Amino acid sequence: MKTLVEVQNLKKNYGDKQAVKSISFKINENEILGLLGPNGSGKTTTIGMMLGLLKPTSGEILIEGDKIEDDRIKILQKINFISPYIELPKKLTVKQNLIVFGKLYKIKNLNDRIDYLTSKLRLSDILNRITGELSSGQKNRASLAKSLINDPKVLLLDEPTASLDPEIGDFIRSFLEDYKKEKKISILLASHNMNEVTRLCKSILMMKDGIIVDSGSPASLIEKHGRKNLEEVFLKLSRRSNEHN
Amino acid sequence: MYGLFLRHFYLITRSFPRILDLIYWPSIQITLWGFISNFFASHTTYYNNAVGVILTCAILYDFLFRTSIGFNMLFLEEIWSRNFTNLFIAPMKISEILTSLIFTALVRALIGLIPAVLLTSPLFGISILELGIYLFFLFLSLYIFGITLGILVSAGLLRFGPSFENIAWSTMFLLAPFGCIYYPIEILPEIFQKIAYMLPLVYIFEEARNILINNTVDISNLIQAYMLNMVYIIISITLFFYSFNKARDKGTLINIGE
Repeated sequence: MKTLVEVQNLKKNYGDKQAVKSISFKINENEILGLLGPNGSGKTTTIGMMLGLLKPTSGEILIEGDKIEDDRIKILQKINFISPYIELPKKLTVKQNLIVFGKLYKIKNLNDRIDYLTSKLRLSDILNRITGELSSGQKNRASLAKSLINDPKVLLLDEPTASLDPEIGDFIRSFLEDYKKEKKISILLASHNMNEVTRLCKSILMMKDGIIVDSGSPASLIEKHGRKNLEEVFLKLSRRSNEHN
Repeated sequence: MYGLFLRHFYLITRSFPRILDLIYWPSIQITLWGFISNFFASHTTYYNNAVGVILTCAILYDFLFRTSIGFNMLFLEEIWSRNFTNLFIAPMKISEILTSLIFTALVRALIGLIPAVLLTSPLFGISILELGIYLFFLFLSLYIFGITLGILVSAGLLRFGPSFENIAWSTMFLLAPFGCIYYPIEILPEIFQKIAYMLPLVYIFEEARNILINNTVDISNLIQAYMLNMVYIIISITLFFYSFNKARDKGTLINIGE
């Protein structure tokens, strides 16, 4: 299977503080890799470096063999990101936002792309509504449409279903599963929702204090640590690391 | 009550730009109006056509103000709407972001300028067009300097985050006393004159007054203004790129975005 993302010995220091300490991993096409870890474990820093928002202290990030530090613009063309902590401009309608980002990503046949995404994400009825006036679930779907506007090969998701009701959360998870299968994209999913991670991810990286403390499939991690579910594994690894500190 | 006081006290004491903001507004206001009062008290006959000259200078200054603030507003708008990260993960070169903001700031400034220019004629019987073809060169020079200030402030926002926002609002007022908008440079103390001569504003407003009052044109003023503009805009663009790299290093881009 083709590897789309390759992270090699990635480090990030802020002064004396080591936020990420030499991590390496790969994401294949048609794969969702879960990135788990307590707050401050280095997940956001890792995603920031993959998006070119942060300069790694050392190490490399390759997307389809291209290094982000060498060709940031080329890589940003085939990657995208969604997080509940960033929003689309509130005063614009959903359609205006999608047009703006479509232009920023230089999308050909933009109207067709918008039509495709709006029908898939049930946005047709709210396309001409002001983004700031939408509900959390509607905003989330609009942001997801923005993150797919460039038909990305790599999608980075930071808590994609945080603060959503169970129905919308389930819709988003189903959509992501179907979209990944259809487009064979690579997805990196950072989440604190263990059920979501168990459902979507074939493999998981567990981070703590800037290092990968364990990895494997949800089932193998549960078995290895002798726990009932992934949440218990998460708690065990987080607490064990704390005791070591 | 004490809790609410503390909430704002902590905010102020943890932010140098906020402290600076508190101190220098009153100082700048006093300084600017002090120089204007001094000038009018000692040079009562300087402006024979006072309304026309003052109004023309006010329009020119407002254009500068709108260009600079307009540029900053475009940048701040992305921070306030939490769209900053979306913008910086789009496949745009920094030079493309700057070019786009520079052009948009011009459109914004013109939207404000045109009604103001049109109003002066019916209301006060004055036309700024009396400056002739040189009006274009004066506006262009002010536009370049306004953009320069906008880029400098945006570089500060990139480097230091939203706490630099207050500086964005006050740059123009900080420079106003040195710009000699309503009075000739001679009215300033010698040390201030030295600072003023390092800014293109002095040459621009000096030339505007020269054309309106003496009906002559001193090209050297325009050349001096453009030369200084070139130096400052190169510095500001360099600083913007430097700040972007520093922000990538320090993590400010992520912090601003969230």
